[in-house]
Amino acid sequence: MNEYTFPILYGVAAGVLTRLYLLRTDYRQYPTYLHGRTIHIALGAIAAGLGTIAVPAIMEKEFAAITFLALAASQFRDVRNMERNTLNELDQYELVPRGKTYIEGIAIVFEGRNYLVIFVSFLSTLFYLVWDIWAALAASIIGLMTARRFMSGSRLKDIADVQYVKPHFEGAGLYVDNIYIMNIGLPARREEILRYGMGFILTPKNFNARTTIANLGQRQAILHDVSTALGIYRDSGTPALVPLAKRDLNDGRVGIFILPQVEDVEKAKAVIENVPVLESAIRMPKKRRWKRKRGERR
Amino acid sequence: MTHEKIILAIITMNGGRVAGGAPIFICQTTEEMEQIAANLEAILDGIAHEVGEGLLIIVKH
Repeated sequence: MNEYTFPILYGVAAGVLTRLYLLRTDYRQYPTYLHGRTIHIALGAIAAGLGTIAVPAIMEKEFAAITFLALAASQFRDVRNMERNTLNELDQYELVPRGKTYIEGIAIVFEGRNYLVIFVSFLSTLFYLVWDIWAALAASIIGLMTARRFMSGSRLKDIADVQYVKPHFEGAGLYVDNIYIMNIGLPARREEILRYGMGFILTPKNFNARTTIANLGQRQAILHDVSTALGIYRDSGTPALVPLAKRDLNDGRVGIFILPQVEDVEKAKAVIENVPVLESAIRMPKKRRWKRKRGERR
Repeated sequence: MTHEKIILAIITMNGGRVAGGAPIFICQTTEEMEQIAANLEAILDGIAHEVGEGLLIIVKH
């Protein structure tokens, strides 16, 4: 026992709690139960330890110890690789795959959250050592809230309007509103599609959003999320029953065609609206650094 | 080996309109066409597309 024992214990505890808080199993079903979680809690504990130890190391003038943080960075980059590989393998056996963009998004998040844990632990221990436990508590809470802010990105409803449209056929062509989805040859399949299918139109709210929802990975993420949340009327060997998203080239709207097992339009709409906007899909052609000249159109 | 985006089979009522490398199934009635196309769809794991009146093709995507 020495003067650092409690601050270190406190810092590690704060970090692990942050990791637990950020690790929630929800409809995305990842990570699933115990084993996946164990891995991430263990890594979270390591991250918390690294963040915590950095403070006493600086105070003892052991500056070389800081190089451990570099080690941590490469360690957590491996976490990202691990997640990416696992999810890619699993994706082959999904009825509606997540898609590489979504997987990359999840992998980035896993890496990023470990750094947030380091940050919270570091702050907590620092405040504990410089002031007292109450300051540390305040720092942990603020850190946790910051982490939470970083954790939640924007949702699809922030960038696009979602509207239900019943899909219809023109000859063999399946349409959602005026957007062509695919060609279905068999009348029996057409009946199934009309019976179970639902169509949604995503209207982008601005030019940036138009490019973002045009991203194939973003569209696949929407299809995957809806199919996970509401079930999917599909099996291997029924390739015609496939949810698809196609784009209207004229105005950038995206037509979403899904085959949910739960036939509830409101629910489906809510799920689509809450699909996360994928980091890697975000494009901002309208954002620029230089100032607009006076009188220039927005 | 997968044959994606390739016409795996052609089902038609008018044999004179098609020719080429894919197996061609010539049928007498629309029902027969649909029957064969449905079977082939399941067997080949492809989708039956209607490319013209009385002309179906099976393609795996």
